[in-house]
Amino acid sequence: MSEMSEQTTETADVQAFRSTDAPLTQDELARVIADDIAPGSFVNLGIGQPTTVSNYLSPEKKVTLHTENGMLGFGPQATGDQVDEDLINAGKIPVTELPGASYFHHADSFAMMRGGHLDVCVLGAYQVSATGDLANWSTGKPGAIPAVGGAMDLAIGAKDTYVMMDLFTKKGDRKLMAECTFPLTGVGCVSRIYSDKAVLLLDPSGVVTVRELHGLTFEELQDKHPDVRFEKAGA
Amino acid sequence: MLEFVDTAAEAVSRITDGATVLIGGFGNAGQPMELIDALMDSGATGLTVVNNNAGQADAGLALLIKERRVAKIICSFPRQSDSWHFDEAYRAGEIELELVPQGNLAERMRAAGAGIGGFFSPTGYGTQLAEGKEVREIDGKHYVLESPIRGDFALIKAYAADPYGNLVYRKTARNFGPVMATAAAHTIVQVDEVLDEPLNPEHVVTPGIYVDTVVGIPTGSGVKEREEREALAAGRPKPCMATKTAAELAAQK
Repeated sequence: MSEMSEQTTETADVQAFRSTDAPLTQDELARVIADDIAPGSFVNLGIGQPTTVSNYLSPEKKVTLHTENGMLGFGPQATGDQVDEDLINAGKIPVTELPGASYFHHADSFAMMRGGHLDVCVLGAYQVSATGDLANWSTGKPGAIPAVGGAMDLAIGAKDTYVMMDLFTKKGDRKLMAECTFPLTGVGCVSRIYSDKAVLLLDPSGVVTVRELHGLTFEELQDKHPDVRFEKAGA
Repeated sequence: MLEFVDTAAEAVSRITDGATVLIGGFGNAGQPMELIDALMDSGATGLTVVNNNAGQADAGLALLIKERRVAKIICSFPRQSDSWHFDEAYRAGEIELELVPQGNLAERMRAAGAGIGGFFSPTGYGTQLAEGKEVREIDGKHYVLESPIRGDFALIKAYAADPYGNLVYRKTARNFGPVMATAAAHTIVQVDEVLDEPLNPEHVVTPGIYVDTVVGIPTGSGVKEREEREALAAGRPKPCMATKTAAELAAQK
């Protein structure tokens, strides 16, 4: 991050608009998300890329990780003698126990989410709409076997649902939509998008607040999404 | 009436054709593999199975599906890289699938066990999986009416049972076990340890009232549990304890 040229309008205010010349790497993006997670939070990191956020959660922050298969307070992936088939995360990867961990059954685990006790959930996405609709469980391809897992529960479960994704697909298609074209996982549930090129704050009004741009100008962002209304944070 | 039996075959012998069977486990953790194998050997067919997944590789539930003994499966995540037996049965139209979000799956069984006739869940509102279901707005938020899932039988794996049928589990192998135990008319449990003494009442996770049949079957869970107890007795940390957080490990690299 230190190598980037930062143009900050109000350095003291994290909410103020800022931009850099290059897109964020996946590690830089994970660090941005980790920095935004408040100390003492209870957090669920979705399978895949969101898991990397844990690499930047400093122990002093005392963030507790939740996995929906029934555990709070798991540590990094288990290696060697640590591996125990009875101790896995939602991605079915063997993990470790941290001091203060707890185990509970599936109904309690999802009640914990649905009941609004988790502070933040970080998920991947195929598409997100400007009003916070999430599509991340199915591309709607005919003939594909449908599988949802905990995606719909996670989407609506935490106080804040953050999406971690690339702003565009490898083919260059946009993933921030006026309305999702893929089957929905949840309605109006995403509050922030953390992407390689932009950090965006969503609101039911559909007006998207742009907090950060990386390797993309405000005009380019608007150009690529003509049907979405953007405003610079702090403007 | 609580019974302790000697073999998995005896434990599942009551399960008849057409029964609804709740099967515990999330991945391999908590999967009652020996009970599922015994169900396979019993010949029972036309089953409705409730499980988080739809079988993996060439074992357990996947084999039941391969042999077309499962008429319907209710699960959250049937598509895995090694769920080829389900894929084949599904594409051939030889198994019915009811796809349920994981939290709704657990809560629908909890409702059955708790005598709840239905409940409004926010999960799935506005999605394909809520199509055709009653929606209600409560305090400005939308909910979908979900119905209980009851089992004729539950097959679960716990870690230990005491003489009263009280159960404790091991780590994330607990998963669906306690909920399924409440939701079935007859709950069959395989445990690594059958205890001679009662469990500490403060430690009981599933009270014996929910348990009908217990069979002791040693598995890898017992091996790990003994290693853990030996470590603790010797004043060493449990083997599964993290020595560093992810952030500390990442900083080392």
